[in-house]
Amino acid sequence: MSSDTLKYPGLNLGSGHGSDHNKAETKIFGFWVFLMSDLIIFGLMFATYVTMNNPMSYAGGPEPKDFINLPSAFAQTMLLLISSLTFGFAGLAIRFKQSLVRANFWLIITLLLGIGFITLELFDFVDMFEMGAKPSRSGYLSAFFGLVPLHGLHVTAGCIWILIMLIQLRVFGLNAVTKVRLLCLALFWHFLDIVWIGIFSIVYLGGVA
Amino acid sequence: MSSESQLSWLIGRLTPESFSIVKVIQNPTVNELIASGAAMVVIIGAVITISLLTYFKLWRTLWNDWLLSVDHKKIGIMYIVLALVMLARGVLEGAIMMTQHTYGLDGGFLQPDHFAELFSTHGTIMIFFVAMPFIIGVINYILPLQIGARDVSFPVLNQISLGLTTTGAALIMISLVVGDFSTGGWHNTPPYTGLAFNPGEGPDYWIWSVGLAGFGSTLTGINFAVTIYKERAPGMHLFRMPLFTWTVLCTAIIMIFAMPPLTVATFTLALDRYLDFHFFTNDLGGNMMNYVNLFWLFGHPEVYLLILPAYGIFSEVVSTFSSKRLYGYASLVYATMVIAVLSFTVWLHHFFTMGQGANVNIAFGIASMCIAVPTGVKIYDWMATMYRGRIRFTVPMIYMTGFFMMFTVGGVTGVMLANPTISFQAHNTLFLVAHFHNVIIPGVLFALLAGVSYWFPKAFGFRLNEYWGKSAALLWIVGFALAFLPLYVVGLMGMPRRSVTYTDPAFEPVLMVSLFGVIFILSALACTLIQIWVSVRDRAKTRVTVGDPWDGRSLEWSISSPPPEYNFAIIPTVTDRDEFMAAKQRGDAYKKPDQYEDIHMPTDTPIGIIICLAATILGFSLVWYIWWLAAVSFLAIPLAFIIKSFNLNTEKVITAAEIEKEHTAWLDQVNQVEPITREQETTSINHGLAVVEITS
Repeated sequence: MSSDTLKYPGLNLGSGHGSDHNKAETKIFGFWVFLMSDLIIFGLMFATYVTMNNPMSYAGGPEPKDFINLPSAFAQTMLLLISSLTFGFAGLAIRFKQSLVRANFWLIITLLLGIGFITLELFDFVDMFEMGAKPSRSGYLSAFFGLVPLHGLHVTAGCIWILIMLIQLRVFGLNAVTKVRLLCLALFWHFLDIVWIGIFSIVYLGGVA
Repeated sequence: MSSESQLSWLIGRLTPESFSIVKVIQNPTVNELIASGAAMVVIIGAVITISLLTYFKLWRTLWNDWLLSVDHKKIGIMYIVLALVMLARGVLEGAIMMTQHTYGLDGGFLQPDHFAELFSTHGTIMIFFVAMPFIIGVINYILPLQIGARDVSFPVLNQISLGLTTTGAALIMISLVVGDFSTGGWHNTPPYTGLAFNPGEGPDYWIWSVGLAGFGSTLTGINFAVTIYKERAPGMHLFRMPLFTWTVLCTAIIMIFAMPPLTVATFTLALDRYLDFHFFTNDLGGNMMNYVNLFWLFGHPEVYLLILPAYGIFSEVVSTFSSKRLYGYASLVYATMVIAVLSFTVWLHHFFTMGQGANVNIAFGIASMCIAVPTGVKIYDWMATMYRGRIRFTVPMIYMTGFFMMFTVGGVTGVMLANPTISFQAHNTLFLVAHFHNVIIPGVLFALLAGVSYWFPKAFGFRLNEYWGKSAALLWIVGFALAFLPLYVVGLMGMPRRSVTYTDPAFEPVLMVSLFGVIFILSALACTLIQIWVSVRDRAKTRVTVGDPWDGRSLEWSISSPPPEYNFAIIPTVTDRDEFMAAKQRGDAYKKPDQYEDIHMPTDTPIGIIICLAATILGFSLVWYIWWLAAVSFLAIPLAFIIKSFNLNTEKVITAAEIEKEHTAWLDQVNQVEPITREQETTSINHGLAVVEITS
């Protein structure tokens, strides 16, 4: 088997990275399995949301169409999708051994887009709280606040992770360890993108449909 | 700020009355005496442990050699020790409940709340802190050895999982001393456990204990699955894996998919209780059916998660002690996989009576009955393995015999209960209690005890005492039958489960038989303790350091007992399903390799114990609303990870010269000791080298 074969799904370091490529195999495979497990958590929160999206669970409180701010949700979607693209550029910069500056640049852009996403989402939540759409109001809103902020917390964790990786790139540069960590972080980031597509379609588009 | 509100800022809702010792002084009844007696046992146990560690100056050893270690073998042993400590508590609680049952006609000696707390802790402990850590401990120890690996894929993660499991166990122990545990059963179903009906700390103890431990188990599952996929020795393709490894793979997959529902169930219940969410409340559009679905979506795969490795242990035991290749290997593999898949399709049979339509019930009823088919395949395969084998009735085989007889009864009552019409009659009676004890004790517990007898010499280099082991095994089997089979009878007579008292005198004589059986079970537990004591005392006579006391067939027997830290001096190349047996017959089981290579092993780390302490403090402070402490301990966890991530020196090297020295010393020992035949297996001339016989 040549070392250029794919060792795991997704962006591989490839043979240009020598033994680092082989070392990455187990960790990244393990991270895929972790994401699979995390996806079950999101899946169940989606299921809870769908089963509680009915008049009984609205309990006379706000319904989705009362509070959904579609322009804001669309802006969040765009920010997150573009951030996945920019993380992709960072990954390619590492994969093809372009300059560390370039990788850093794309990571910082990704971080800023991520922070932008969280900020917009927080503004939405503040608006909802002001109009009385709080989790304590109804079962439906509990399900909403069980699902959407769970994703937001994941993105926040991802932003902290990017920040730490930026520091580690400064301290250690690109080595076997930091490369694998960045590849895992990339998977995590793209994973959150996919989950968001689900949230945007089911919660936001489904809510105003 | 008044002084009182300052105090509540500092210690949350803790009051002097939270301590069970204080309660017994204020109100000395039998009920309170038992509760505070249990608290005293915990405190005295902790004090004795601490004094013994101090007296024998073992703190340094404990810290350096165990708590910091990332060695899968040591982590496995720690899991098992944890499980045994919790087992003692769980069995005693069971005994108290059985006693209460026997005297329950005129009210008995326990208050209803205390009884409810007992069955809740008993169930929670036995599933999450006995069965799970016991299974995970055995897997941890054996799995890498069976597949020819140096460790699991993620040794540090393994240590963190142990830390989180210990956190759960610690919280449930703390609940004996400070405050009360939940009274909502091991599944803690709302709305009863919601804030409206249960504002106390009980359900919160359950949430954090089970939630944190459950998260640890998810990580364990990921670790085991990746280990099996990525760390197998060259040549060991999937259909050359020992059957135990196969069952572990299925269990790991179940853990990855079935633990997340538990995490969701516990954390959404926590949101309901802490942040006024309405997932499961009666008012404002909550829906408690979501909880039962979430919980049992975990709860049912969980029982297969426990029983599959048990099947794996029996598969290893039956083939070794019958001196035969395992019969029907492929069918056993397929049966295991089928069970793993079906386990996700049957959760609804835990609440047939909760209002879904008949058609839904039928679908789940049929799926539940289907599981009996692959299980039956397994029983026949094991019997066929024994057929015309040279069976030795060692301790594991006695457990196996008990398993054959008793487990089949449990399986049959399971098929009965899978029928929704019968379930409507028998649900919530002791018939059900008899059923699940009937599968878990002869299935999981007997397998684990068999596994301990079987693999103990591998881990410690000496055999366990046969006499006391056999006594314990027989007492377990008889005790189980006497204690639990009568519960089928009272169950069908209509005695409800989880009730502290009853009015029908006809239950009484049957329950007395049960109590009589409890005496046998307690004797079995005593025999096990004596067995450990006697075995350690006489270890000079039972040393099997060469490593193969039972004429084993898989790779774990091909190395010294106890194995070196790096397991294999050189990674073996696998050519056969029973690789070590094949190597013995080829005559190259104990060959010196041409050359040795340096081995890279992970370095020790305190991260597991730090996470354990932080998570325990976090759980405790959340239970008691001590918000500042919760914030501090919560932040400590990511901080510990971040600090650790800046340390890149996580590998140490064991040089080829060192390995050669150790390996040569062991090979010399192999050449010096006398090989023994199977008849001499339990005598003191067994040093762990088997006479090579040509068998099937």
